Amino acid sequence: MNFDFSDDQKLLRDQARKFLQDKCDRKSVRSILEDNQKNYDSDLWSQISELGWTGTAIPEEYGGLGLGMLELCVIAEELGRALAPTPFSSSIYIFAEFLKSYGTDEQKKKYLPHIASGEKIGTFALSETNGKPKPSNINTQHATGKLNGSKNPVSDGESADYIIVAANSDSNSNYNSLSLFIIDRNDPGVNISNLDTIDPTRPACTVDLKNVSCERLGDEGRGWEMIDNIFNRAAVLFSFEQVGGAQVSLDEAKKYSLERFAFGKQIGAFQALKHKMADMYVKIELARSNAYYGAWALSTDSNELPIAAAGARVSASEAYNYASQENIQIHGGVGFTWEYDCHLFYRRSKLLSLNIGSIRQWKENLISNLEKRNIV
Amino acid sequence: MDFNDTPQEAEFRKKVRSFLEANAEKRSTLAAKPKGDSGSSISSAGAPETVKGEDAAKVALDNAKEWQRKKADAGFAAILWPKEFGGYGGTPIEQVIYAQEEHDYFVHSGYFEIGIGMLGPTMMAWGKDEDKKRFLPKMITGEEIWCQLFSEPSAGSDLAGIRMKAEKDGDEWVLNGQKVWTSGAHFADYGMIVARSDPTALKHKGLTYFYVDMKTPGIEAKPIKQISGSANFNEVFFNDVRIPDSQRIGAEGDGWKVSLTTLMNERLAVGDPPGLDFDQIFEASKEIEVEDGLAVKNSEVRQKMADWYIQSRGLQYTKYRSMTALSKGQTPGPELSISKLVTASKMQDVSSYALDLMDMSGMVHQDQNPILKNLFQNGYFFSAAMRIAGGTDEVLRNIIAERVLGLPQDERSDKKLPFNELPSGKN
Repeated sequence: MNFDFSDDQKLLRDQARKFLQDKCDRKSVRSILEDNQKNYDSDLWSQISELGWTGTAIPEEYGGLGLGMLELCVIAEELGRALAPTPFSSSIYIFAEFLKSYGTDEQKKKYLPHIASGEKIGTFALSETNGKPKPSNINTQHATGKLNGSKNPVSDGESADYIIVAANSDSNSNYNSLSLFIIDRNDPGVNISNLDTIDPTRPACTVDLKNVSCERLGDEGRGWEMIDNIFNRAAVLFSFEQVGGAQVSLDEAKKYSLERFAFGKQIGAFQALKHKMADMYVKIELARSNAYYGAWALSTDSNELPIAAAGARVSASEAYNYASQENIQIHGGVGFTWEYDCHLFYRRSKLLSLNIGSIRQWKENLISNLEKRNIV
Repeated sequence: MDFNDTPQEAEFRKKVRSFLEANAEKRSTLAAKPKGDSGSSISSAGAPETVKGEDAAKVALDNAKEWQRKKADAGFAAILWPKEFGGYGGTPIEQVIYAQEEHDYFVHSGYFEIGIGMLGPTMMAWGKDEDKKRFLPKMITGEEIWCQLFSEPSAGSDLAGIRMKAEKDGDEWVLNGQKVWTSGAHFADYGMIVARSDPTALKHKGLTYFYVDMKTPGIEAKPIKQISGSANFNEVFFNDVRIPDSQRIGAEGDGWKVSLTTLMNERLAVGDPPGLDFDQIFEASKEIEVEDGLAVKNSEVRQKMADWYIQSRGLQYTKYRSMTALSKGQTPGPELSISKLVTASKMQDVSSYALDLMDMSGMVHQDQNPILKNLFQNGYFFSAAMRIAGGTDEVLRNIIAERVLGLPQDERSDKKLPFNELPSGKN
């Protein structure tokens, strides 16, 4: 039994943690939060790109470092701890993974080296309306090499150079009509307008498409299947970000509870708070263990991935939501001020539990995959 | 990252498997379990199964002793014990591997767990050589069964609040008082007991530790009928029980220190919690009809089941992390402390929710109940006990807060006063 990261991977984690403590402190997170003109920390982005993080799991032949998904999990946890305001997840967990899994060799050569070097940023555009994206509410159309429609919200769309767009490739709108297309955001038919989000350090926008040129990614009509697979992969990586953020929420709650005195003692000495923090710890440990299992399934291409990813996603989303909520509660009045950092985690946790589908949706994924496995 | 044994672990597992295959009957899967088994596996958790009728109880005990004898002959009865006392001289990971493998077989080791897991190690650490020679070999083979006489009516979560009197009379001690929650006192041959030898000393200082022959005149065990209707524990009364000073373990007044050795081993001794979990309600949901069809197709039911799945698997993978630490020769992290806290509440939620799904038929609690043979009815009762036994939810949260997170200890009034001056609500 070796259900743990290797010594090399732990070394990578320590280095990443030190680097981010230095280069991505709360001041730099707030500089993005408070500046409407900035979508991400471009200095931080160039530095982590130089370190090779963006190319961690991209094969060497396409300009990456050719390390594995476990190394990417390690980095994800650190980005989550630091609340890094970068488009790392959109470009690396999602865009790069789509290309790695479904791109032709030519497409991989065309896009991946630029993504690996961090010089270009990619993202994915799926949702068009309130509620869960599904065949009946995707109206973006593809015809004769052109896309027409409107996507919203699209994470990191303003920062992106390339966008993968989900669109119907025939006049129907059913499960088998969805295909994926890559577009260049500089196409004159692309119109991007910013959207405010619950966490402005993770921006989103509306992308309007009018006769936009595109190239197809993967097989025609297999869009939903590809999305499921890539979202499963991304869910594991996000779960590490979430566990990282949840752990810091608990650490900061604990620190404050030892500094703050009321009724003549440290508030961390009251059982009501001790037990709350114990509950935070329990949820985080379960989430960490579920995330580890997801990492194992991801790194070994196991057919357990859909179940492992959904378990990691649900567990980590709930742990981070809980930890960030209760961190505010333990801080009391200052917890809901702009000045204290509690809200940074409260914003990020909720955003991360929505960006590739809600907890509700992933619970449903989990049970339906368990049903499928039982039938097999 | 993988789930494979190291070569040495694989070798050990192979040895264990071939022993079990040759000597025991394998458990089948949930669906194929013999009628009534799912219910009885609940009642056997952590404590020997209650068998109705004295004859049946005797048969069960004899079977268990026979199995223990085979295990001892093969060297597997006490994996962590040193070879000089008849143990395997093995590692914690080997003990885990043995337990994993034995779990798949219809055997009962519950009668011996307290002795081998907790009391034997205490005697090894604190006992006299002649006692070790006399008692440890028979503890391993199951010839003599031991019980642990610690808890009292006014010493539960606050275990050091023990009131059992130990008064010295020449070369003897006279014990008077009552113990409670003693597993197996009615069939145990010997017990280890903590008693208050000096009520004028501080609470943790006035205790002394002994072993007793359970047949000594003045000892009387009475089973406690629990909420579930079964009786896994006893009250044990001591009336002028005289024991020689040679049965003292550790120095006079060192009883708490000795007890800590026993309690530290508790974590390793207590086995896996019983199986009422996601898998069972998932199966049941495919049989139960709710307002819009089968429960398994109902959205609310699916959302609930997902919660239990991530808790259940989260604990399982946490155990893998602990095993990894053991396998590398490290001490497992504090993550072990969360297991019972999560399991007990999960079981209560699962069973209560399953009864809801059954609607009116959830009221029925008898053998012909068609849905998984009373599993959830039994679990509904058992889980209420499980949230208390072996550390209440609240005590466990305190342990996590203080020992894992390093938060301040609760303020206590009982550390500075002599025991007989402490507020007790009684004097």
